[in-house]
Amino acid sequence: MTITEKILAGHAGKAFVESGEIIDARVDIVLANDITAPLSLEEFEKVGASDVFDKERVVFVLDHFTPNKDIISAENCKKIREFSKRYNIKHFYEGGNCGIEHALLPEQGIVVPGDVVIGADSHTCTYGALGAFATGMGSTDITYAMITGRIWFKVPESIKFLCYGKWQRWVTGKDLILHIIGMIGVDGALYSAMEFEGEAISGLSMDSRMTVANMAIEAGAKNGIFKPDEVAISYENERAKRPYKIFESDGDARYKEIFEVDVGKLGLKVACPSLPSNVKDVEALRGTEIDQAVIGSCTNGRLEDMEMAAGILKGKKVASWVRCIIIPATPEVYKISLRRGYLETFLDAGCIISPPTCGPCLGGHMGILAKGERAVATTNRNFIGRMGHPDSEVYLTGPAVAAASAIKGSIAHPEDVL
Amino acid sequence: MVFKGSIWRFGDNIDTDIIIPARYLAYTDPKILGQHCMEPISPDFKDKVKPGDIIVAGTNFGCGSSREHAPIAILALGIPVVIAKSFARIFYRNAFNKGLALIEADIYGIAEEGDKIEVDIFSGIITIKDKTVKAKPIPPFMVELIQAGGLMNYLKKKLEEER
Repeated sequence: MTITEKILAGHAGKAFVESGEIIDARVDIVLANDITAPLSLEEFEKVGASDVFDKERVVFVLDHFTPNKDIISAENCKKIREFSKRYNIKHFYEGGNCGIEHALLPEQGIVVPGDVVIGADSHTCTYGALGAFATGMGSTDITYAMITGRIWFKVPESIKFLCYGKWQRWVTGKDLILHIIGMIGVDGALYSAMEFEGEAISGLSMDSRMTVANMAIEAGAKNGIFKPDEVAISYENERAKRPYKIFESDGDARYKEIFEVDVGKLGLKVACPSLPSNVKDVEALRGTEIDQAVIGSCTNGRLEDMEMAAGILKGKKVASWVRCIIIPATPEVYKISLRRGYLETFLDAGCIISPPTCGPCLGGHMGILAKGERAVATTNRNFIGRMGHPDSEVYLTGPAVAAASAIKGSIAHPEDVL
Repeated sequence: MVFKGSIWRFGDNIDTDIIIPARYLAYTDPKILGQHCMEPISPDFKDKVKPGDIIVAGTNFGCGSSREHAPIAILALGIPVVIAKSFARIFYRNAFNKGLALIEADIYGIAEEGDKIEVDIFSGIITIKDKTVKAKPIPPFMVELIQAGGLMNYLKKKLEEER
């Protein structure tokens, strides 16, 4: 069995599962945010449930339209807050405790290796970086699991990405996943599990692994997953709030397809409008003028991203016509960035520092684009109108290209500004 | 269950930001969500579509976010079925949970906007003008969900049985 099949089998109380099989499985963590929880709570009321299945395993993170962008967002947050108080929900995050959900949950040790996690947010697949099975669902499925602690799954087929070679300077997990999505397309892994392994993965930080797993959904995948190695175990030992379990694929596990990726040949990548699969090398886009740069999100708002952006912006100035918005993903990332002087670097460079929020990534608030404007962003989607006006554009990239582009005022390679 | 209506044609990779842009996600009222359905690429779709009309699309319909607001917005306009070459998986679950039937069939090439279409969602028989296509039938588990009236009704029944 693959790692995905083993985790699902264990949670379905079965010794063996195979792809295509429909199973009823136990879930470890059920997550919703301020835009998906309101629909869930409406369903919860309608069905007349008396309680949640476990007060310590239902998680609410109010991260999308917060700090509350308007009255209706504030009303939604109020409803979730009141529900959390009434049912004594342990993991309720808003205000100063709140970070972007998919950065916050691993950092706080709320999700751990071997878990089955479902979240009413498509980027729930991020936790595959820890060796958990994690996938996004809608509000109704989430309500079902909030009440019963279980949900049905169709066991996915797995596609393996065998990554080898030595990473070039500046190149991160973002470039790897953009390259892969460019190679297989936005439905290249539809309904499947994407499993990442190989010597190049051992050299990848946990932050970068989370970026890779995070964007599995952009290839249509059900989940992205990594076998927990020493790097993952030492990350967990500092953080895990519950005992965890390590799974790995068997030598004879079945794969739908196996792709090999030589990361040594990977340069810096940019996904052009309006699909994450429209991927080019940064060199091909040099000089494309921008109005905004966004460095943050559940994809790239972690410490490694802040460090990389600060390294490039230090002693430099953001181009006068560009808004460079930096969004540390969690209070912890914010605090360490402060302590290490990154925030001062950003302020000196003329950046705007935002509180942790999903805000501009989904065109919610805190950095919306006008008609005809163009942004480079370390976010995950560049669909039509994603960050604002339907005639605005988003170019997806990693923190190095985003920071360099902010300085140049046009899409740039970090070497262009150093 | 047979549905009859006129076709609205959309291409490949119709994402959830097109179906319902995120700036409307603070709303849960289906009426409001329906008024913004497909807005980024077809701002007057909501005015032209009639209850009972059917969407025909290419590959990967509903890709992107987990927002259940997407099937809710489509249903709010009275569209009971979407037929596409393939669907994104979260959208697929959400649609059936909400009572929007999805049929996987490659009829994009033979469908023209405004054509009359008839679809039997359980047998998978689709008729457009004089052509008949047999689509993959809906998986038995999804049929069970639809017959129960969606996932929450299925759960409600289960909870009542336990009491």
